[in-house]
Amino acid sequence: MAEPHSAPPLLRCVDLSVQIADVVVTRNLQLSIEAGQCWCILGRNGVGKTTLLHTLAGLRTARSGSIALNGRALAAYKRRSLARQLGILFQNHEDPFPATVLESVLQGRHPHLRAWQWESAEDNAIARQALAQFGLEAFAGRNVQTLSGGERQRVALATLLAQDTQLLLLDEPSNHLDLHQRLEALGRLVSFCRANNKALVMVLHDINLAARFADHALLVLGDGETRHGRQSDILDTGILERLYGHPLVRLDTPGGPAWLPR
Amino acid sequence: MLALVAAALASAWFSLDTGSASVSLLDALREPDAVSAQIIWQLRIPRAAAAFVTGALLGVAGALMQVLLRNPLADPYVLGVSGGASVGALLALMAGATTAVLQSSAFGGALLSTLAVFSLAHGRGSWDTTRLLLTGVVLAAGWGALISLLLAISPAAQIQGMLFWLMGDLSYAQMPVAGGAVLALVAVAALLLASSLNLLAGGELHAAALGVAVGKLRATIYILGSLATAMAVTQAGNIGFVGLIAPHMLRLAGARDYRVLIPGVILLGGTLLLLADAMSRTLVAPRQLPVGVVTALLGVPLFLYLLYRSRDNRNG
Repeated sequence: MAEPHSAPPLLRCVDLSVQIADVVVTRNLQLSIEAGQCWCILGRNGVGKTTLLHTLAGLRTARSGSIALNGRALAAYKRRSLARQLGILFQNHEDPFPATVLESVLQGRHPHLRAWQWESAEDNAIARQALAQFGLEAFAGRNVQTLSGGERQRVALATLLAQDTQLLLLDEPSNHLDLHQRLEALGRLVSFCRANNKALVMVLHDINLAARFADHALLVLGDGETRHGRQSDILDTGILERLYGHPLVRLDTPGGPAWLPR
Repeated sequence: MLALVAAALASAWFSLDTGSASVSLLDALREPDAVSAQIIWQLRIPRAAAAFVTGALLGVAGALMQVLLRNPLADPYVLGVSGGASVGALLALMAGATTAVLQSSAFGGALLSTLAVFSLAHGRGSWDTTRLLLTGVVLAAGWGALISLLLAISPAAQIQGMLFWLMGDLSYAQMPVAGGAVLALVAVAALLLASSLNLLAGGELHAAALGVAVGKLRATIYILGSLATAMAVTQAGNIGFVGLIAPHMLRLAGARDYRVLIPGVILLGGTLLLLADAMSRTLVAPRQLPVGVVTALLGVPLFLYLLYRSRDNRNG
């Protein structure tokens, strides 16, 4: 790492304990996420991955411990200035009222605008570039309520990209995407973030997508137990079998290791 | 937006120019001291102003409630504000009170209902949308029962006045000084919040993630929406429909951004009620129809037409 040791990491968790109802998600987690890294969070259903991600985004408070973004406690940020540095993609998207795809993506520019300010030509250009990243140029004028699940998911990804934050947290970004779009959309996102020195944290359900795109992994094993580190050190058949409670077989492919359920 | 301003001005002219006495606006301007001019200045202008302000308040309250509850079916009355106001007004009518007492009583009822919903929805847990909606709807049902009770035990002579009030009635209307002030306050505040409202429409977490302080925003919208509704009900009774359809008519016309929608609903809501009131005074003159009835008779076909025409939703 070229980072000097004096600079604080982009995101640092110290003694972080996260709990939702009776589920202990992490206990005394020490985690540092540096700019340019791509993390995946893996774990079973209901183990608290989303809760952990929302906690990292400052949307809920941890039971104990601290989270700092660029050396400053998350809680000390105003929402708007936090939203200029940290963006999150949710699992579900609500569209009770009609809006065009472009209007929806332009919402990503909101934290960069003042209350009475309209989007500038530059904001529009950023939004259109984000649409282009996910192959949505032709959809700009479409009503988001009429999109398919996969198209809507790509609009949400484009909105996150338009927010132009240093840290991007994604809750199941591959949701609703077909096989091609999983690789295409996630591939574009990951290479864009690497090229621009942004950090990604993705909750994923597909070990093979994680192995393909992430350089670091955080495994949430349940009852507060976690493992994290470089992806190549962490992902091995034994721990993954324990993680999911299902026997797996490892295949070595030209693109790296892959796991199939037995 | 220009078309809306033009429509508002045209309907203001129409409203001032027509009535059971055939007095035209031009005559009144030419001879300001004549009896005919007095009709315009002392009867029609205050009433037209009250109609416009009431409609505008209902329009903006409807838009605010729809985004607060993220429910396109929400209207200004969904959380029971009008029920509280109605009970207050009916009690005043039963007691044979003056207009001023009637209005304060209605306003008091609306505030009471607002406070009750606000504190009960908080409860011991967090303030979520479903809980707010359920609290409001259940309280509204309670008010509804009280209204039926009051109607059932009232002397026959008073029932028609009560029914008129319940259906929305501008014949008590005076120059809307307080209403105008509330409208100005709500309009300015809603305009400042408009870009945050756009985000809140996509969900509370979505808005929070994009930099909106959701808790504060939600409380502010609730207070603004309730205040606007309380003022509208106080001025003119329960006028249905304007608050529900004005925002949707604008959305169907392509105005989805709250920075456009807020000034839009103020103009459109005001215009709709101004027109409806002018018609309620003239259709079967010299008798007057309850303006709420005319609003619905006018609004239903108009709205259905817009909805029907917009079936091709794919191109936004």
